[in-house]
Amino acid sequence: MYDLTNLLLISVILINFFTLGSSRLGSCVRAVAAQGALLALIPLAAHGWTRHTLILGVGAFALKGVLIPWVLMRALRQVRMRRESGPLIGYIPTMVLGAIITSAAFIFADFLPLQPEHRGGLFIPTSLATLFVGFLLLMTRREAISQVLGYLVLENGIFVFGTLLAEAMPLMVEAGVLLDLLVGVFIMGIVMEQINREFSTLNTERLSALKG
Amino acid sequence: MLAVLVGLPLLLAVVSAVMPWHSARSWLLATAGLVHVVLAGMLVVHPLRAAPPGAWVGLDPLSTLVLLVTSLLFLGCAVYAVPYLELRRERGNRMIVPALLVFLSAMTLAVISRHMGVLWFAVESTTIASAPLIYYNRNALSIEATWKYLLLCSVGIALAMLGIMFIGYSALGLESRVSLQLDDLLRLGPQLSRPWLHTGFVFLLVGFGAKVGLAPLHSWKPDAYGEAPGLVGALLSGGLTSVAFLAVLRSMQIMNAAGDVQMARQALLGLGLLSLVLASVFMVRQPDLKRMLAYSSVEHMGILAIGVAIGGLATFGAMLHLVNNALTKGCLFMTAGNIQRTFASKHLSSVQGALTVLPVSGALFLAGFLAITGAPPFGPFLSEFTILRGIVQAGHPVVLAVVLAALATVFVGMGATVLAATQGTPGEPAVRGQDSFLLVAPPLVMLLAVLMLGIYIPPPLRDLLQAAADLLEAKP
Repeated sequence: MYDLTNLLLISVILINFFTLGSSRLGSCVRAVAAQGALLALIPLAAHGWTRHTLILGVGAFALKGVLIPWVLMRALRQVRMRRESGPLIGYIPTMVLGAIITSAAFIFADFLPLQPEHRGGLFIPTSLATLFVGFLLLMTRREAISQVLGYLVLENGIFVFGTLLAEAMPLMVEAGVLLDLLVGVFIMGIVMEQINREFSTLNTERLSALKG
Repeated sequence: MLAVLVGLPLLLAVVSAVMPWHSARSWLLATAGLVHVVLAGMLVVHPLRAAPPGAWVGLDPLSTLVLLVTSLLFLGCAVYAVPYLELRRERGNRMIVPALLVFLSAMTLAVISRHMGVLWFAVESTTIASAPLIYYNRNALSIEATWKYLLLCSVGIALAMLGIMFIGYSALGLESRVSLQLDDLLRLGPQLSRPWLHTGFVFLLVGFGAKVGLAPLHSWKPDAYGEAPGLVGALLSGGLTSVAFLAVLRSMQIMNAAGDVQMARQALLGLGLLSLVLASVFMVRQPDLKRMLAYSSVEHMGILAIGVAIGGLATFGAMLHLVNNALTKGCLFMTAGNIQRTFASKHLSSVQGALTVLPVSGALFLAGFLAITGAPPFGPFLSEFTILRGIVQAGHPVVLAVVLAALATVFVGMGATVLAATQGTPGEPAVRGQDSFLLVAPPLVMLLAVLMLGIYIPPPLRDLLQAAADLLEAKP
């Protein structure tokens, strides 16, 4: 089972790079959906089949892999937009930054005072790398939808860390957290529609009237 | 009983969403506020048996205090909402009333939760429920404000989740099961793994601090408060910030139990001073009434943080100040809403002579300004003075100097704006404003309550404040 977990975690890291390098918003949404779907399998792969992991896995799969991407794709269709309109930092430099961040996460994880069973594992570095890639997306992209994707990648990084704690989060709370994420993204989708209606673009640079 | 407190607003939210009558929906909101206050009041008079250790929800003095404040403030806002929504009939209230009720439910859950996961869930729910409230006016500016609020608070709160997980990790291996229940964490305090606990605390402080609106993560506040309707501004600046501050206090409790309260206090003191100073700078020559109030909210959250960070007498002052700030902000935002509606602007270039146009609202706004800047005999004077005395007792002359300088700057800066708005002769469109009873009664009652708190604190409230402060100071 351990190999499967590592395989999943490495795929998560690869998808990070894909989202950093792609300008096509549709593929970015699909990539984040795939990342969410893979993440949902991690609790099952890491802790085996228990009632807790099964419900968590199915719930996370349905939300992160299906429902949230569906909301985003719907928003994307409505605004009829294909591409990111020029990030603050180009795609290649962001990918290089992503690579530096990911390596730094691996090195940094070795210095952390981890529990013996987590030492040398991929969980912590993957979690940190995904977290920072989420931040990178949030900071460098200008389209509202890319920023939501950045937020989702950030959440995915936290989810990876959460699987280490196994059953610390009771199922009810875990369900609530996922529900919050879904409703939050749903509301962000509605606000994006309004941004598009009002400004005829999703570029958040236009959202700069409020100052002082 | 606690379940009713959370569940009833949620149930009424569903009812109000399917109800076809505009006015009935508004009155349902006011009724919900009243029932909530009555229930909360009953809990204060007849406290429940102490929740069994390990329960997910329960009341301690700290949460009782915040529950009382948010409940009273919500009632005021709900009563104000009845005539307000009538005036804005064209906008409809099918969205705002259910959102307000869900918001109340989420705030209540956050206040009573004793499990870090439940607390997180509830605080994030307040973010989601308040987004439609900020977006109520549906124009370009309110979209911008809503977007910034949603993104910044969601990311902030995601960091708080990471902080909770780090604290969970610090407890890993101590017992067979990791628990994020507050009592469990407090009990395990001294054994928690230090590096993870410290990192976790920093993330919690940043995450919930964004929600409280402590600098440097306050940037959503002026936008959101500026564009939201007055009653929403009142609820956010008095209610939501108090709830989020409670979440910060829970993190402080954990650090205290772990014996690392010094580090936590220094971090909180830094954020508090930064908020106070930054806010005071932005309040000078601030031409926008509501943005000025938003910066005032940043300022007062800074004062609360400083009070708790100094400890001792200042903690008691901070608890009192939490009550004062919530009620005064409620009064200020509601009257600012009245002024904005009459002048069709919240900018000094159009708002002049509010005292002449709106005698009651204008006077309340002016009195509210005096109260919030700490002029006697209002409550904030007493609480700020107590915090200052606490700072002197604890021997922090530099902090004292910075706080006094910032408070003076705030008084001058805010005074210039408020006096310009209330005094003078009204500008060209000499609108004859009218103060309708229900639009001025809630702010008036709140201001009277603040006035009373400055002169006389009822013994039960004093005991509650002391118990809450003791909880924060408690050595395990």
